[in-house]
Amino acid sequence: MAHFDEKAKPFSHKWLNERMAVDTVKKVLSTEYWIPKDINFLWAMGMILAATFGILIISGIFLLMYYQPDVKTAFDSVNYTIMSEVGYGWLWRHIHGVAASVVFLVIYIHMFTGIYYGSYKRGREMIWLSGMLLFVLFSAEAFSGYMLPWGQMSYWAGMVITNLFEGFSPTIAGGVANFPGFVEWLRGDYVPGQAFLTRFFMLHVFLLPLAIIAVIVLHFATLRLPHVNNQKGKEIDFEEAAKQYKHGNKKESKVIPFNPVFLSKDVFVMGVYFILFFYLVFFHFEFAMDPVNFDPADGLKTPAHIYPEWYFLWSYEILRPFNKDLGLIAFGFAQVAFFLLPFLDKSPVVAPANKRGLFKVWFWVMIVDMIVLTVMGKLPPEGIWTIIGLVAALVFITLFAVLPFITKKEKKA
Amino acid sequence: MKEFKILAVVVILSLITYWGVEPFAHSQMHKHVVGNEFNYDGKADIADATKEKLASKKAFWGEVNQIAKLPGNAAAGEALFATCMGCHNGAGINMGGVVPPNLDHAGNLYDKKYLIALIKDPAMASNVDHKYASTMMHPMGAVQAMVTAPQQIADVVAYVKTKKVGKLTPKVAYEEACGRCHSNRYGGLTQLGETPKFKTEKEALAHQMKVLDEQDLVKKYMGKLPPDLSIMIRARSEQYMETFIENPQTQLPGTSMPRVGLSKEGYEAVKAYLEETGDPSKDARHAIGPWVILFFVIFTVLAYFWKKHHWKDLH
Repeated sequence: MAHFDEKAKPFSHKWLNERMAVDTVKKVLSTEYWIPKDINFLWAMGMILAATFGILIISGIFLLMYYQPDVKTAFDSVNYTIMSEVGYGWLWRHIHGVAASVVFLVIYIHMFTGIYYGSYKRGREMIWLSGMLLFVLFSAEAFSGYMLPWGQMSYWAGMVITNLFEGFSPTIAGGVANFPGFVEWLRGDYVPGQAFLTRFFMLHVFLLPLAIIAVIVLHFATLRLPHVNNQKGKEIDFEEAAKQYKHGNKKESKVIPFNPVFLSKDVFVMGVYFILFFYLVFFHFEFAMDPVNFDPADGLKTPAHIYPEWYFLWSYEILRPFNKDLGLIAFGFAQVAFFLLPFLDKSPVVAPANKRGLFKVWFWVMIVDMIVLTVMGKLPPEGIWTIIGLVAALVFITLFAVLPFITKKEKKA
Repeated sequence: MKEFKILAVVVILSLITYWGVEPFAHSQMHKHVVGNEFNYDGKADIADATKEKLASKKAFWGEVNQIAKLPGNAAAGEALFATCMGCHNGAGINMGGVVPPNLDHAGNLYDKKYLIALIKDPAMASNVDHKYASTMMHPMGAVQAMVTAPQQIADVVAYVKTKKVGKLTPKVAYEEACGRCHSNRYGGLTQLGETPKFKTEKEALAHQMKVLDEQDLVKKYMGKLPPDLSIMIRARSEQYMETFIENPQTQLPGTSMPRVGLSKEGYEAVKAYLEETGDPSKDARHAIGPWVILFFVIFTVLAYFWKKHHWKDLH
């Protein structure tokens, strides 16, 4: 049994230390959590995401106090009660809406930073997989939240996306992948209605945030042993470097402590980010609040153009150019493709993409293709746009198919 | 410096994506309609006319433009205006599908040429002649038999433009120009105007019944109940609103919505009301926004010095 000093004052440092090892915890998680020194501002995206998630939770709590998950009152509780009657309700809503959109921009930057620097392999596979799991959960969170104002786009996006769960046509493989009744079970009705809205409300404010918090903890935990990658992908002897740092050889040491050195840079980058973020909140929020969703849901009136928010457009465009069954396969592929990255990349080299021969080409073609898919996903599927979209979708699939072959050939640098 | 290069790449790629999904995609999704600065000279009507209608449209707007050149006599117009009072009397009684508008601010609200056209032939002026076999069938069609001579029309319009003017508040502009067909529930308006306060639920329900009856009449006249305009200002772009109100047929071909002929002044007043109900936080945003941003600028500068302090002996 451990030794407890009877004279220690309750909640004093010593008292807490004996009970919770606060000194050790602080060292492990902060002052002696070593981060490579050779990094750039892209390494701050993780903390920016954490901060944005915090903003989403806080603004969400305020919105939750007035939102009414009822098909008759949901629209007005958002657009009238919160926007006109509640003091600063409009501010919380704009913060919530803009943050929900911007968080995806930062997620994509975070993700492609990881891909560019090869931060998903050689011990960092679990970081990547837990991160991708977060991406899926954030997507579900964004989608369920989009249902809540119960506008035209909420309703019709809800209709289109839940329709996907019908599965393949009954004629394919004797109908084993056709799920009659499943869509109705998901919706709780034949069309999106009260049951649909209430369950998405539950998912959005309870189950999904809970799951996200749990996976964020997992994501942090997966980082602790393999450590954060660095700009050159160099393997660092963290123990040796930490020793150097602690002895005062800060110049020679390749690492810095998370707190306060790494954090000071993070906070600076966060400041720059918040300037942009609040500029968007006050002066340029339209991109995050689609005009179509300011028309109340109407099951009898299909909008002229149905499209998801910008961050889903690339995968929507992978679904759209094909017929129903092929589209579903392609869409399913798009959802899991990035998960497979650590296993499709056969090269042991951890280095920036620009130093990796063919992978450099692969990376930049992927970036361009993602942007093309995103733009085509929004454009009406007519004429030349359909063809460009189809080509971009095929390029996406091809890129993942050839990745093992081009990385296998890569010589160890 | 390397960090700036990386930043430039991130910013450029983000901006290209933004451009693609916002300005560019929207320019492709919606047809581009050019407005006419709230001038009603029939140019658009003639350009869009079908073969059968072309000659009549040309003749109609030619005459309107001619009448517009006549000097009107407001005093003579006043006497003739008595004819109009038969329907435009503010009694709030539905006639042929819709309550005839109150004309107290018509001089501010409506354009001169539009008023001329309206008295000449209401269905042609409001560009809904496709709805009628004969334009006499329009609820106001009878005016064609009541005020006929060009000089008479010029006189009535001169009277309206000089005497039927007053302080045009956004709400009054909305109620007179739009409110008889479109409710605005965030502004507390139904097709019958503001809902009075009732002492008993029974009275409130009785009023609700009256509103429903009125809506039924409007529905019958228009084909469907025109949408509530509470937050229309956020559901449509500025450009759409402007061109749609000026000439609904350009954005929604075949729509039963009549052109109401708002003047620039009238449009600005109506828009102000739509902003009041649909986007009430605009002033607050512009007042608070700069301070919040200033806060984060100072935050960032301080954070920069903090970072410098910790990183100075690292390299």
